[in-house]
Amino acid sequence: MAASIVADHATKKFTMRYHRTIKQITIAAMRRQQISDTFDAVKDVSFTIEQGESVGLMGLNGSGKSTLLKLISGVMKPDSGQVLTRGRIAGLIATGAGFHPQLTGRDNVFLNAAILGMSEAETRRKFDQIVEFADIGRFLDTPVGHYSSGMFSRLGFAVAVHTDCDIFLVDEVLAVGDRPFKRKCVARMDEIRAEGRTMFYVSHAPASVRKMCDRVLILEKGALGYDGPVDEGIRYLGYDDDGDDVNSEESEESEVDEELGADV
Amino acid sequence: MTTHLEPARAVQLEDVPLRPSFSGGGLLDVFRRHYLLKLIVQKEIQARYQGSLLGLMWSYVQPLVRFCMYFFVIGLVLGLHKSVPNFAIHMFSAIVGVHFFTETFSSGTRSIVRNKAIVRKMAMPREMFPVASVIVSAIHTFPQLLILLVGAIAVGWQPDLQGIYAGVLGLAIITVLGTALALLFASMNVFFKDFQNIVSTLMIFTHWVVPMIYPFSKLATSGIRTTVFFGIYLANPLTISVLLLQRAFWVPSLPTCGRHAPKICLQGGDPSTIGFPHLPHHLFLLGWVMLAASFVVLVLCQVAFSRLEGRFAERL
Ligand SMILES: Nc1ncnc2c1ncn2[C@@H]1O[C@H](COP(=O)(O)OP(=O)(O)O)[C@@H](O)[C@H]1O
Ligand SMILES: [Mg+2]
Repeated sequence: MAASIVADHATKKFTMRYHRTIKQITIAAMRRQQISDTFDAVKDVSFTIEQGESVGLMGLNGSGKSTLLKLISGVMKPDSGQVLTRGRIAGLIATGAGFHPQLTGRDNVFLNAAILGMSEAETRRKFDQIVEFADIGRFLDTPVGHYSSGMFSRLGFAVAVHTDCDIFLVDEVLAVGDRPFKRKCVARMDEIRAEGRTMFYVSHAPASVRKMCDRVLILEKGALGYDGPVDEGIRYLGYDDDGDDVNSEESEESEVDEELGADV
Repeated sequence: MTTHLEPARAVQLEDVPLRPSFSGGGLLDVFRRHYLLKLIVQKEIQARYQGSLLGLMWSYVQPLVRFCMYFFVIGLVLGLHKSVPNFAIHMFSAIVGVHFFTETFSSGTRSIVRNKAIVRKMAMPREMFPVASVIVSAIHTFPQLLILLVGAIAVGWQPDLQGIYAGVLGLAIITVLGTALALLFASMNVFFKDFQNIVSTLMIFTHWVVPMIYPFSKLATSGIRTTVFFGIYLANPLTISVLLLQRAFWVPSLPTCGRHAPKICLQGGDPSTIGFPHLPHHLFLLGWVMLAASFVVLVLCQVAFSRLEGRFAERL
């Protein structure tokens, strides 16, 4: 089996800007305050994921999960180390697609598909499926700037899910959709897994990670704290005790998982 | 529910190499992905005129108003119509060239920030946006060139090979230089929005530093000719482009020398007889030097862009 995603001592620094105008910078310099400060959002992370693996990425808010996904998808560049990938990448990062707010849903589908590497013919062939999956009805021809956040990510997810990708990234998308849509997504993600594509799945819900993934990575303040089997990872996070009713998203999602389990 | 995708991909994947996910493929990647480029150009045109009744017509209003203003104030009030034959063509060929440049430069500068919704979330050659701005500006310039040509024909323009060559060279310089500056300023504008203001301030000068509302001969026959400023003036690629466009459209429209012909005329109707002081010495050589220099600047701007693009997503 070939490696699909390789992170090799990848580090991403962000700048916290305290001062932005020349006036503010000058005043800060005169008072001998720090003008800016950097921190590592992803700190020296290394791992190798084989083709066809399904990996859950967990960690507290702000631990760097979305940033790591951006490094993998190629939206951001690591400051040191490297992130290597094999094949086409699709998915949704930080709940929302790269849509242009002024364009209609239809135009955005074509643009988004082209950015993901699909040809015109390929997009035309899949267009009906994408629209059916997104199920946004007559809003398809209105600018996406007027969409609700749910509709926005449905359409983005629909495009991503219909790309012939080799690596599929999912970042907390299931948090915004309604229940029928979530169920549809979970089913589609199962298919993607079954087709032997690599999946990288960010979620706070232990039940769905347990069902979806065979390996878990845990980020702690940007550093890789754990890399190994799912159950142990969830125990490592301390999410397994009785977290289910703490977070509504979590419980609803496990409910969806259970319903699906009953269906199958 | 949904149909399965072709299973062929997993098999082929063995041949696909592991690659850094952040590509940075540069301008070459932009032209390799021409379908995406086409979509972005269409999107730019659509977005620019969304919610406007006149739409594309607006890109003619500004050059037209400027033309009328200069035509009356400079031409009639200051009397340049008398000393410069076909002064309107002289002026309009400069306006078309300068407008192409300013539109490329200023919309290119804002292009990445304008598309931040996409740049923040999707991996793609980010040069796509400045390049699309250049193409959109070129699309807008084309009908203006046609209007210019019709006007020139109306006052006696005839095609000559050297003139066509001059026109193509002039437009090529503006395109390459405009692309270079659009790349550089688009990337710097991500970090400090001051750059789009710097650009619009710079644009104020463009109409005065090229021979648009005054003929080149005015300068070449004045005291400035012997000073260092004359060299600086000719070192401006935009000046050379404008002069090349005037060689293409204005010079061939001049009257043939004869008894009642004005001072500037074509000997035996041959446009190539027009030289100094109406055009600079070695105009074509200067043109090629400018084109080569613009390519060098383009490479440097691409290098700067590639350095900066690694931080676009987080700073937008
Ligand atoms: N563009 C940015 N500039 C500066 N800091 C950022 C930027 N994006 C994210 N951060 C910071 O980086 C850290 C990690 O963010 P993120 O990867 O979104 O976390 P997670 O997805 O795990 O919740 C957070 O502290 C966040 O505030
Ligand atoms: Mg996140």
